[in-house]
Amino acid sequence: MTHAVPVTTRRPRRSYKTAGLGLAAWVIGVVFFIPVAWMVLTSFHSESNAGTNPPKIGAPLTVDGYRDFFGSSTGASPWPSLFNSLGASVGSTLIVLALAVPAAYALSIKPVRKWTDVMFFFLSTKMLPPVAGLLPIYLFAKNTDFLDNVWLLVILYTSMNLPIAVWMMRSFLAEVPPAIMEAAAIDGAGLLNILRKIIVPIAMPGIAATSLICFIFSWNEMLFARVLTGVVSQTAPVFLTGFVTSQGLFLAKVCAAATIISLPVLVAGFAAQDKLVQGLSLGAVK
Amino acid sequence: MTASALTTIPPRTVTRRPGVSPRRAGWIRRAPLMPALIFLIIVTQLPFIATLVISFLRWNALDPGNRGWAGFANYKEVFTDSRLRESVITTIVLTVSVVLISLALGLGIALLLDRKFFGRGLVRTLMIAPFLIVPVAAALLFKHGIYNPVYGLFNGTLTGIWHTFGSQNPPQPDILTIHPKIAVEAELIWQWTPFMMLILLAGLQSRDGEVMEAAHVDGAGNWQMFRYITLPHMRRYLELSALLGTIFIIANFDSVFTITSGGLGTANLPYTIYETFYASHDYGLASAQGVVVVVGSLIIATFALRVVSSLFEEEVGR
Repeated sequence: MTHAVPVTTRRPRRSYKTAGLGLAAWVIGVVFFIPVAWMVLTSFHSESNAGTNPPKIGAPLTVDGYRDFFGSSTGASPWPSLFNSLGASVGSTLIVLALAVPAAYALSIKPVRKWTDVMFFFLSTKMLPPVAGLLPIYLFAKNTDFLDNVWLLVILYTSMNLPIAVWMMRSFLAEVPPAIMEAAAIDGAGLLNILRKIIVPIAMPGIAATSLICFIFSWNEMLFARVLTGVVSQTAPVFLTGFVTSQGLFLAKVCAAATIISLPVLVAGFAAQDKLVQGLSLGAVK
Repeated sequence: MTASALTTIPPRTVTRRPGVSPRRAGWIRRAPLMPALIFLIIVTQLPFIATLVISFLRWNALDPGNRGWAGFANYKEVFTDSRLRESVITTIVLTVSVVLISLALGLGIALLLDRKFFGRGLVRTLMIAPFLIVPVAAALLFKHGIYNPVYGLFNGTLTGIWHTFGSQNPPQPDILTIHPKIAVEAELIWQWTPFMMLILLAGLQSRDGEVMEAAHVDGAGNWQMFRYITLPHMRRYLELSALLGTIFIIANFDSVFTITSGGLGTANLPYTIYETFYASHDYGLASAQGVVVVVGSLIIATFALRVVSSLFEEEVGR
């Protein structure tokens, strides 16, 4: 970008400035990362070394915190809640995709009349705080034996993420050039072939970004999970809050638990940073 | 670029077979949309109707015999209850401060990360991490690992610094008691700044390089470039990230619940409704609170949707 700019006379001052700004970026990045680093480091400390003031940064490392989290002393295993979270997140993400991709098709490639109104209806449901519908859902679940059932969470997470997914998928499908599809149709390609050979390859990055976002939001959700699940179907965030209240001196354990529960999101988010941006901006950024 | 662009969308491939009536063709077009639409109406709209009905009932789960029509009694309580008024203010303060501060920080950091420097990719990755910590885990980490007056990192660092300079009496503030709101806000800002930064950075990187270069050649200074090129270009990204941030932070429950349990004046609306329903078991009052919140959200949403719709039309018009 700067190759054509004749600024050679200003070089020395600029390079100082560039270095200074780069350093500032580093400092800010590290400051934001400190709590995460602190969490991971403390999770590998023993409880007696974790609760010290000033902090013992160089204390010997141990995996006792992780052992405790997996129930070595209490016998309460986090695995069922981790699997519940996984099931609710993956299950709802699959259903979201199954509903959102056809809907996005009807809003972009072969748009229905007044499709913008439909888009705004989808988005408007996201603007109502979930807590306002919580009580009727709770009463419904209580009266239909759906309380403490992972499937209820799957349904709720689907409705929570569906508007986001429709918006994202529409913006991705809108990129499919109509001319290509017309040409394919003239050449005698059927709808199935057009879907398979033209639409799916273009939509694939969008599907990946949508899945990532839906997975993260479902995995993170706590309000519904807390009110609507009990012993059988509690999810990882609910397990985490219960874990804290039942433990004594616990900083290392809490950090181990927080690290484990955040790990899937951290791994997925780091691995797909660009997808994350696409998803968070509802597909507006590509 | 304006609303007219919406109506001039190319009809795409109109493959209407002979013998298929226009009416039927319309339904074929609508068919793929229907499952998602019906699903969303059932799961999100029906509960709100039920909330509306329950809000007019006298219904406390602890006193099941005394259930009946209450008229506007619950609403009267909502508007006269000082606790709820406070939580309205808390919600507004919390949302506005967190959104504005993370937006400003996010823009500053995005501007820094937009420049080339050694290790830029790594710094970006470090910056994203806070957003990828599960919200409950992040709130717990801040409550116990950082704010705790005895062994939290904040006071621990103060002790460390004071000891370095030979002082044995470092200040050890109990942030959670003295500044509970700031404690919650700081945690949320920590989580949401990366979100804002990511969207804004993508916006910065989509600036037209040639325009920037031309302005530079014409002798525009850094501030002029920012004011007249970057800022107008960034408007839609700023609006988009502010809107999305508001949607999520206004409904925040996890941080308030975990860090302060709604105590010390930090209870926002979601937490207050949760408590009325979950702790007091007053279903009628909780529903009336819910309806008031929905009406409030609808007012904000109408405004917000107008913002999105202008962005959206720009995008469609491109």
